[in-house]
Amino acid sequence: MKTTNKWAVAIGALVLAGSALAQKSASDGIAEYRAMLQDGNPAELFEAKGEDLWKTKRGPKNVSLEQCNLGKGPGVVKGAFVELPRYFADTQRVQDLESRLLTCMETLQGFNAAEIAKTPFGKGEQVNMTALATWVASESRGMRFNLPQAHQSEKTFYEVGKRLFFKRGGTHDFACASCHSQEGKRIRLQDLPVLTKNPGDGIGFAAWPAYRVSNGQMWSMQLRLNDCYRLQRFPYPGFGSDATIALGVYMGVNAKGAASIAPALKR
Amino acid sequence: MADPMRIRAQAAGDKTTVRVLMSHEMESGQRKDSAGKLVPAHFINEVTATLNGKVVLTADWGPSVSKNPFMQFVVKGAKAGDKIGVSWKDNKGDSRSDEATVS
Repeated sequence: MKTTNKWAVAIGALVLAGSALAQKSASDGIAEYRAMLQDGNPAELFEAKGEDLWKTKRGPKNVSLEQCNLGKGPGVVKGAFVELPRYFADTQRVQDLESRLLTCMETLQGFNAAEIAKTPFGKGEQVNMTALATWVASESRGMRFNLPQAHQSEKTFYEVGKRLFFKRGGTHDFACASCHSQEGKRIRLQDLPVLTKNPGDGIGFAAWPAYRVSNGQMWSMQLRLNDCYRLQRFPYPGFGSDATIALGVYMGVNAKGAASIAPALKR
Repeated sequence: MADPMRIRAQAAGDKTTVRVLMSHEMESGQRKDSAGKLVPAHFINEVTATLNGKVVLTADWGPSVSKNPFMQFVVKGAKAGDKIGVSWKDNKGDSRSDEATVS
């Protein structure tokens, strides 16, 4: 038995689901549950870790990522997230946040990019990758998506992403569009956003990276897409592959004007 | 080495609300890995909070507390600029201490 102290009133870390009213819809209930947890969103832990990693000298070359160019100039982080994926002249590729971070980790810090890309999510350097992506996203919280579409590659990636989105295949003859092109669709109690248009502030593309309460994991957009393909019974796409980036361009351009709430909190 | 905590302490009148997020696996010892072997329990079992170095809260935790736990408590008598310290120890002897300033 610990000594009680007159100075302190301890309130346990219990989150109790409120007694559900009969009129309340399931999605209202989930929104309420998320609002309760939002105050202590563990994504903040990953943000802090990511910020630290950005500034820490690491890798074979022992340098930090502070000179990494995420599209708005070396070292500019604020606002970078809402303009990705975009075309980068130095790599001559359209890159999303994670593939761009991978480039910086290779060119600046001397890491082996191919090896990191092969590492499963949640292991080794991929843990750091997710934390970095979480922090970079958090620096653009509340800003509105405005992906560039000036370069021909960016336009091509949008078209490719669109086709992949509607491409049916696999054992279930599924496409992204099977779940994400009609209003009112859901998986169990989770409302599915319509991603063929702007789904609104903080929905779909504007909500990831996100912390998933059900499994206690921080999920980046790459992992989100990877799992979408798992659910469709497709082969896993490669980490930072052109296919995943094209889908990112498609969703990101469609979400133009939507405010980012990333890193969000998910069931 | 454990990852840092996030501590926020907001004063309102004579009451200060302290919110703490801890980074920890909180493995219950009940789960099995893909090979069918039990994942050994690994959880925070002791939490202490201090106000300007004086202990104001102690808690004994167990394996049923969630991963990356969130703890909130109210402390009386803290003023802006005071130091709130939080530390934890886990069942493997790892520990972490962090400090925040009341705002």
